[in-house]
Amino acid sequence: MTDERMLKSLGIDSIDDLFSDIPASVGIDDIDIPSGASEMEVIRKVTEILSANVTAYDHPCFMGGGVYNRFIPSAVKAIISRSEFVTSYTPYQAEVSQGMLQALFEYQSYIAELTGMEAVNSSNYDAATALGEAAAMCYRINKRKKFLIPQVINCDKRSTLRNYVKGIDMDIIEYSYDFDTGEVDLNDIMRKLDEDVAGVYIEVPNFLGVIDRQTVDIKSIIGDALLVVGVDPISLSLLKAPSSYGADIVIGEGQSLGSPMNFGGPMLGLFGCRQELVRKMPGRIIGLTKDAEGNRAFCMTLQTREQHIRRSRATSNICTNEALMAVAAAAYLAIVGRDGLQTIARSNMAIARKLRDALSSVDGVECSTLEAPFFNEFPARLPIKPEKMSKILLRNGIIGGVPLAKHVPEMGDCMLFAATEMVTDSDIDKLINIMGAIV
Amino acid sequence: MSYRQARYDVELIQKMGDKGDVILPLPEDDEIPSELRRTSLDIPNLRENEVVRHYTNLSQMNFGIDNGFYPLGSCTMKYNPKYADILSSLPTVTDIHPCQDEEGVQGSLQLMYELEKSLAAISGMDAISLQPAAGAHGEFTGMLIIKAYHEGLGELRKEVIVPDTAHGTNPASAAMAGFEVVEIPSNEDGRVDLSALEAAISPRTAALMLTNPNTLGIFEKDIVKMAEIVHDAGGLLYYDGANLNAVMGRTNPGVMGFDVMHFNLHKTFATPHGGGGPGAGPVGVKAFLEPFLPAPRITLKNGTYHLTYDAKSIGKVRSFYGNFAVLVRAYAYILKCGSDGLKKVSDKAVLNSNYLCNKLVPSYDMPFKKLRKHEFVISAKRLKEERDITAMDISKRLLDYGMMAPTVYFPSLVEEALMIEPTETESIETLDQFADIMLSIMAEDPDLVKNSPYNTSVRRVDEVHAARELILSYLRLKRHLGDMQEIEEKHDVANNLMSDDYTGTE
Ligand SMILES: Cc1ncc(COP(=O)(O)O)c(C=O)c1O
Repeated sequence: MTDERMLKSLGIDSIDDLFSDIPASVGIDDIDIPSGASEMEVIRKVTEILSANVTAYDHPCFMGGGVYNRFIPSAVKAIISRSEFVTSYTPYQAEVSQGMLQALFEYQSYIAELTGMEAVNSSNYDAATALGEAAAMCYRINKRKKFLIPQVINCDKRSTLRNYVKGIDMDIIEYSYDFDTGEVDLNDIMRKLDEDVAGVYIEVPNFLGVIDRQTVDIKSIIGDALLVVGVDPISLSLLKAPSSYGADIVIGEGQSLGSPMNFGGPMLGLFGCRQELVRKMPGRIIGLTKDAEGNRAFCMTLQTREQHIRRSRATSNICTNEALMAVAAAAYLAIVGRDGLQTIARSNMAIARKLRDALSSVDGVECSTLEAPFFNEFPARLPIKPEKMSKILLRNGIIGGVPLAKHVPEMGDCMLFAATEMVTDSDIDKLINIMGAIV
Repeated sequence: MSYRQARYDVELIQKMGDKGDVILPLPEDDEIPSELRRTSLDIPNLRENEVVRHYTNLSQMNFGIDNGFYPLGSCTMKYNPKYADILSSLPTVTDIHPCQDEEGVQGSLQLMYELEKSLAAISGMDAISLQPAAGAHGEFTGMLIIKAYHEGLGELRKEVIVPDTAHGTNPASAAMAGFEVVEIPSNEDGRVDLSALEAAISPRTAALMLTNPNTLGIFEKDIVKMAEIVHDAGGLLYYDGANLNAVMGRTNPGVMGFDVMHFNLHKTFATPHGGGGPGAGPVGVKAFLEPFLPAPRITLKNGTYHLTYDAKSIGKVRSFYGNFAVLVRAYAYILKCGSDGLKKVSDKAVLNSNYLCNKLVPSYDMPFKKLRKHEFVISAKRLKEERDITAMDISKRLLDYGMMAPTVYFPSLVEEALMIEPTETESIETLDQFADIMLSIMAEDPDLVKNSPYNTSVRRVDEVHAARELILSYLRLKRHLGDMQEIEEKHDVANNLMSDDYTGTE
């Protein structure tokens, strides 16, 4: 009825007339999918398909490797369910978007405090793409074409990074790792350094959970190459801000801050840099300003670096990012607070040690493979193939650790175990009992 | 219509609660190496209800599609159905670790596998990867695939052709993948100029990036000819799927001759935009490019889903498999609409757009007077000349009436552009109301319009000031403003920013 009124106002009889400029040769009759369903049917069908998943909600989970099963305070969920946030677009119109803008500024501020970087963007897609963008940013700053990364790194990050630097033909060079101590080989970094190295990447804790003491020495040996540090934000409540040991750019995975694991997405790419470098930074940035009456206000800033203005010369192509996850991170940090965050980090360390000790008691399992101190993750050498162990644990209702073969071929017989505040004593008992029975 | 947005004096959360940066006492067996031990942490401890009030009040100072009309051109801000919220927050979505063994994630893999099939059917492409996190990320992925394809043939093709109406992400993504961008002008009809295309095409051409209908809302009806020109020269055709909402069930990128494309699930498939993200930007390709898709692919063998890695794959463009929680929403939306529903979506989106356009033109000028699809671009140039009211002024004034502003100053070939996309989910009453307001603003006192908005949480925001001062975090503010007490008392940071003890950045 309404449609007819509208057609009439346009002086046409059929909606088809509005498509008359589509040549018949590219016309189609139908979309080859089933016809529509009711909301009830949709909810039932999707719920049923997903019910085949084994969840960390119902089962103990010892898996980490960049994504963690953490407790999310209910209030975080309530806050990021506010539909004024959920259903808004990127805050182009600052006057009606102060809520989102302030929340994102607060997110940037929290990450700035944790990392010591005064300039933080309002999110990248995830840690892997943030690393890729960081390498490209180093090139933008010093026009050099080599980037050093640790040999021990999540393989998704390695692969993503390679793709992100394809366009600038950057060489990704791995520096070696000491598999006895669990620390990087500083000599190897020095060997691989030359005047063509744009930046050096290091993770604290590293992919195997190790807190590498030598981190603080790296800046002094890499000369004027840029130092890019990858962080776990929870651990930063106990660890020094990377700015204090010379970081130029800090990246990381922010999922731990109030976002669920979501089968790996959406994640939250943390990205910050020294203030002097901000014009080379990728992504959306929120700045503090004032309105026409001099009141405090926020808006997106430095948009002249961005794709919609700079087009092919933009610092990055990012348009849509992970803003709502950034709000979740701000809400999470607000709720747990300074004391809560440290308590969570300490409890993770304590539980991880309990887990290590328990695992060590299983025949054939070797846990203290690395001498260096670790945060909440550690590799354990297993007497059977880790991939096989995963399946056995799963069939016994346990989500085990991450098998390392794909990431660190040298440790193909190891599984990376992670402990968060969600892991209970009885979870550990259950794990040990099952593993004890297999090996 | 009268509108008043909430306005609260909401303190920065970093300034609330207790003021301290003390580290809790160390446990006796502390294992953190002393070189790396943190000594201060300036994060307030707050009461939970304080935090909830803080963000609830902030949310009320934010305008979403649930608050009102959102005709933001190119962004397809349609209603986001609530069943998708419920489904994407099931523990079978949220509490799944991406490294779990395949056996334990059959539900996720099935949903993704089926979503790929549906997207292929909708687009006429042969294979889909759900990995990219957003449209621009899909473009970048597509460019990497195109690069790998040409390299595989041993060809060095360094140029990507992009029309001047293209979204900024198109040239940015092509450049990120290492291509040189060749921009071609539009003709007097607002479409790609075929002779300009022919002049630009060469053995160096890797691809042409196009969205159809284009960003003016005009269908590129010479698409078959364009595809021929590009393919004959050995180049590929990339489709920016941001405008797919205009043509579902009527045509598709596959039959139009495109080889690679991305979808914006947060546009066409109604997933919410989250104040900037997350979105999802799956890529689709024709069969000959399938081996290059990002890894892993999802395959089905004997009733079980697997993650498989093809040797020719470009590898990863991010961690894991995609923005799964967004994929769940889009899957549910496609199920709900079905083939009949999706066609109706596009039909209605185009009808709404033409109806609204007809109400605004000729009061507003519209360059390239041609049939539009789901969006259209009008110009405030005459109004600017006659009454000194710019597109930006109109957009700000609209906010006073509780309407989101259209996209302004894009595409750049239209002076004083206002790009309007009403979407299919709006009623005729809303469209009429919007048109009435747009027309009445034309006649309003120019000073009133130029100083708008008035009814929003803050008055017109000074973006120049933000870019000059570059205060991007509380840490920056703290280090460079000295006495925070003073700011707290005045709660007027702006004036403090101007004070003498502040030494700007650059
Ligand atoms: C025409 C067009 N292309 C590409 C994009 C980029 O998509 P995204 O924001 O998801 O990265 C947009 C979104 O704004 C668009 O409107």
